[in-house]
Amino acid sequence: MANYTGNPTAAAALVQPHQVHRDIYINQDIYALEMKHVFANSWVFVGHESQTPEKGDYFATQIGDQPVIQVRHKPDDIHVLYNRCPHKGTKIVIDRQGNTGKFFRCPYHAWSFKTDGCLLAIPLKKGYEGTGLEKTDSGKGMKAVGAVKNYRGFIFARLAEEGISFEDFFGDSLSSLDNMVDRSPEGRLEVVGQPLRYLHYCNWKMLVENQTDTCHPMVAHESSAGTAVKIYEDLDLPAGTPKPAAMEIIAPFMSPYEFFEDMGIRTWPNGHGHTGVHHSIHSDYSAIPGYVEAMSETYGEEKAKAILDENRHNTVYFPNIMIKGPIQQLRNFIPLAADKTIVESYIYRLVGAPDELTARTAMYNRMINAPTSIVGHDDLEMYERAQEGLHVNGIEWVNIQRLLEENEDFSEEAVLNGTTERQMRNQFDAWRKFMTYDSEKQEAAE
Amino acid sequence: MSISKDQLIDFIYDEARMLDEGRYSEWLALWLPDGHYWMPLDYKQSDPINQTSLLYEDLFMLNLRVERLNGARTFSQKPKSRCHHVIQRPFVDEMNGDSFVTNTAMHYVETRLDEQQLLALTARHDLKLVEGKLRIANKRVDILNCDAAFRNIQLLP
Repeated sequence: MANYTGNPTAAAALVQPHQVHRDIYINQDIYALEMKHVFANSWVFVGHESQTPEKGDYFATQIGDQPVIQVRHKPDDIHVLYNRCPHKGTKIVIDRQGNTGKFFRCPYHAWSFKTDGCLLAIPLKKGYEGTGLEKTDSGKGMKAVGAVKNYRGFIFARLAEEGISFEDFFGDSLSSLDNMVDRSPEGRLEVVGQPLRYLHYCNWKMLVENQTDTCHPMVAHESSAGTAVKIYEDLDLPAGTPKPAAMEIIAPFMSPYEFFEDMGIRTWPNGHGHTGVHHSIHSDYSAIPGYVEAMSETYGEEKAKAILDENRHNTVYFPNIMIKGPIQQLRNFIPLAADKTIVESYIYRLVGAPDELTARTAMYNRMINAPTSIVGHDDLEMYERAQEGLHVNGIEWVNIQRLLEENEDFSEEAVLNGTTERQMRNQFDAWRKFMTYDSEKQEAAE
Repeated sequence: MSISKDQLIDFIYDEARMLDEGRYSEWLALWLPDGHYWMPLDYKQSDPINQTSLLYEDLFMLNLRVERLNGARTFSQKPKSRCHHVIQRPFVDEMNGDSFVTNTAMHYVETRLDEQQLLALTARHDLKLVEGKLRIANKRVDILNCDAAFRNIQLLP
């Protein structure tokens, strides 16, 4: 096993055009490098603004392995701070959400901070007089992340002080987020309830790759979706009987290979991409009375139709989230270790749209992505078998060459056959780019 | 015909035993056709429809869940999971004519391969007497640590 510590260039060599080395998934030093370079230099999802609607509201989460707090400092100003007292390291908040009032107060020694992180007060402050506290990191208040962007309600952060801009990082891929928000007649989403939290003993990238893996549903989910179809057929219900809800949600997973080939995959620079260019498993959901009317009222008939005809399946935003525009779902694949990932699955309400849409989204979330979901059980089994199988010596590479083309250029947007693994290759291209981002910057400076 | 408190309590014990012994077709036959098995995601959740739950399943879904457990290509059940309920004596909280409500504290253990998990939970049963037989109208299972991150829960508490 190579020594990767402090050597992102050695890590980058684990990516080849048609395959990646297993250390990418199983090596804890690689995980540490990912946290330091890939997650620090990328724009990573934090939360939604509706999770912190009022001044002083906070939401505690993590960016890679870094504990952070999303906090509303002013009505239109959300900050992202590291969740650490600059004094002794104590986490400032420990519950996942709450309201801190006008300031944060560390429960250990009562150092207090404004909600933008600025130091407010230290008890018995004269004990620091003449000691130069103001010159240390401890004297500067709660540290903020490098940069924060609120894009149509979604909060993203870049840990690094300097680096790629939000606009350059995401480019045209923001069209998927736009479509998700545009589906609200008021152009606004609100988080609904708590996220599902599902613990996987596998590498986070396996979950992200699976989002655009269109050759697995009819195989791995035969046990759930295939059985659903069979039970439904056996029921032999009279024509006109409404289908059970499960059929609308689960049965499309059994669509044939041709369906997935034809639906198409689009990739954008920096590791973003989506399945379902032409249609998707979300295309044939039944109409909800009143919704199209509300949309037409806001956007006009033609634009409303264009928004609703876009049925993108899964959009991956590098490094670690996936959104489903048509059903307002976001899944956050939070890496805890090389072999440990927590998946948080959020749903959002389309403000101004009928409740039935939220009900369908909630149903999708629990049927497909819960720790109690039969479809979830199918997937977890595959990831964890792979995590264990990768330890086999003698075959050390993972194949990603389905529909590989010569000299693929990931800096160009591309639309291809829906069963290509180009999006996985695109993610690894971005992975390599941000893994070596700091070392190349350093080289350029020298 | 009237139902005694003891008969209600026995019903809850019998149901737990069916689940532990994997007698699922008998278990499904306990349900009334429009019943729902609800497992909230949030502590004291009141809405099963418009926010996410862990489970909110009608008979079609419960039937699918049971059928899937025995499928030839159900890889997450190779090998199969097993479960074990240890239940406290149920509280009979309502007895109104043909309708009854019980609340039962239990420890639920599920195991597969080298993993075993323990869930502390409370099950609320809405029962109805139909043609002389007790049936499940609805069941709600509240997991004590519902807000924790879970591994697979493949069988039914």
